[in-house]
Amino acid sequence: MLVLLGIAVVVFGFLVRANPLLVVMAAAMTTGLAAAWTPAADLGDMHAAALATLAAFGKAFNDSRYVSIVWFVLLAIGLLERAGLQERARMLIAKVQAATVGRVLWVYFVVRQIAAALGLTSLGGHPQMVRPLVAPMAEGAAEARFGALPDRERFLIRSHAAAADNIALFFGEDIFIAIASILLIKGFLEQNGIIVEPLELSVWAIPTAIAALAIHSVRLILLDRRLKRALAAPQTQAEAEAQA
Amino acid sequence: MITLPLLYNVVGLFFAAIALFSLRDASNPRRILNFAFWGLLAASFLAGSQLSDLGNGVLALGLVVVATVGMGQGKPATTGAEERRQSALKRGDALFLPALIIPAAALGGTLLAKQTQWGAQLIDPAQATLISLILGTLIAVAAAMVWLKPPLMAPLQEARRLLDAVGWAAILPQMLASLGAVFLVAGVGEQVGAVFGQYVPLDTRTAAVIAYCVGMALFTVVMGNAFAAFPVMTAAVGLPIVVLEFGGNPAIVCAIGMLAGFCGTLMTPMAANFNVVPANLLELPDRKAALNGVIRAQIPTAIPLLIANIVLMRLLAFPS
Repeated sequence: MLVLLGIAVVVFGFLVRANPLLVVMAAAMTTGLAAAWTPAADLGDMHAAALATLAAFGKAFNDSRYVSIVWFVLLAIGLLERAGLQERARMLIAKVQAATVGRVLWVYFVVRQIAAALGLTSLGGHPQMVRPLVAPMAEGAAEARFGALPDRERFLIRSHAAAADNIALFFGEDIFIAIASILLIKGFLEQNGIIVEPLELSVWAIPTAIAALAIHSVRLILLDRRLKRALAAPQTQAEAEAQA
Repeated sequence: MITLPLLYNVVGLFFAAIALFSLRDASNPRRILNFAFWGLLAASFLAGSQLSDLGNGVLALGLVVVATVGMGQGKPATTGAEERRQSALKRGDALFLPALIIPAAALGGTLLAKQTQWGAQLIDPAQATLISLILGTLIAVAAAMVWLKPPLMAPLQEARRLLDAVGWAAILPQMLASLGAVFLVAGVGEQVGAVFGQYVPLDTRTAAVIAYCVGMALFTVVMGNAFAAFPVMTAAVGLPIVVLEFGGNPAIVCAIGMLAGFCGTLMTPMAANFNVVPANLLELPDRKAALNGVIRAQIPTAIPLLIANIVLMRLLAFPS
């Protein structure tokens, strides 16, 4: 039971808003020490356990360096931003009369979800697509309609751009048979003596994918309404209130 | 053949250059800390495989200390808003092409490495996507340099501008992956599963399905990763109760159970690469809050979708 203290450290750390890196390291050390603790353990034992935990953490840190490789793409993204890529994305979308924030994000959502379902999960992502293209296009659609955006709405739109990428990815990729989560399920069931084919698993991701599309489409319609309420010209808003 | 270790060297040199430029940026009063952070990360990429496990642990601890003391934000020379607008007008939609090279190369390289003989000789098929991503970036940078003719160091300086905006969050996903490894060694998952199995009533199909799906989501919120939650919750509730006791179809139960976990991923700062990194990249003012703007935008989709998963599992997984 003591090893659950590490989870408590994580929850507490986020609640008091400590630096998350510090929280993670503290949780790792707490977990390692708690796992090694026995009523008979003395200071020397705990010291050894602390070093062993730090080494286990270090090994895992070294093994998962590939996670941080993605930052390399900022070389290209930064260079293109310098030349006005975000501005161009805004201009492009401002020319599309029918574009609204919700519709722009909906189109991206559908493309991202279908691409992920075909196994093309690398066609998207926050550094490569959301920051340089999707968020500026969504902001551009709002600016074309309502003029300069207040910070509150600007950050709301950006948050939704990131959300669309995540949700479309999560609930698209499982339809593809060779994705990590499907292989994990297959491996887990196999260890427990149940043999399933990847295809048997991935078809059952389709109902949830449809539900995700339906629910998020409604969310994006509501987002458009909310933006319209908040950003429509002040006199019409006053009129609307007078009528209500 | 291009392999992952070669990639680590390239990315290590990239972080080393960021560190050196940070050190020379007199506009940042905390430039020593920025230098230390990106320098340590460069050392990890360049020399991590030569260091002992404990050495890597001390290096990670060093990164934590620097991040906790607090880095500043550098001010690399870049273009102003008006300059960018003019450039965007002048260059037109062709500006999108270099940006699209990256996903196109990531896709094309992956296919080549996995489908063709000579592609597999050029690119290690096991790491095809990562390698292609780096190659695509280099091609895009080269194309943009030839076309746009910015100062020679502009790619590195612009990358530093963006990296400083992301700050310590750049390594949070890697740190969380390492925490997951420590949790695994210590058997945290089994303990959570035991607690869950012991204290939650599971006497009907519906109750068992709800317990499994909600448990997957909650445990994913804590761990930040549905992959970590899946073996634990499925071994504790999914397989013994939902499948064996109540006769659920294992393929359907597991497939939908995993997706219930993904609903949890949408709601937690522990899923840093999905929820914290974009908040930093998009420079949201509340990026340090536990429930930042991205997570708040996702929760109203995640909760109905979790309910949808429960309903779907209850309806689809059992023989009528």
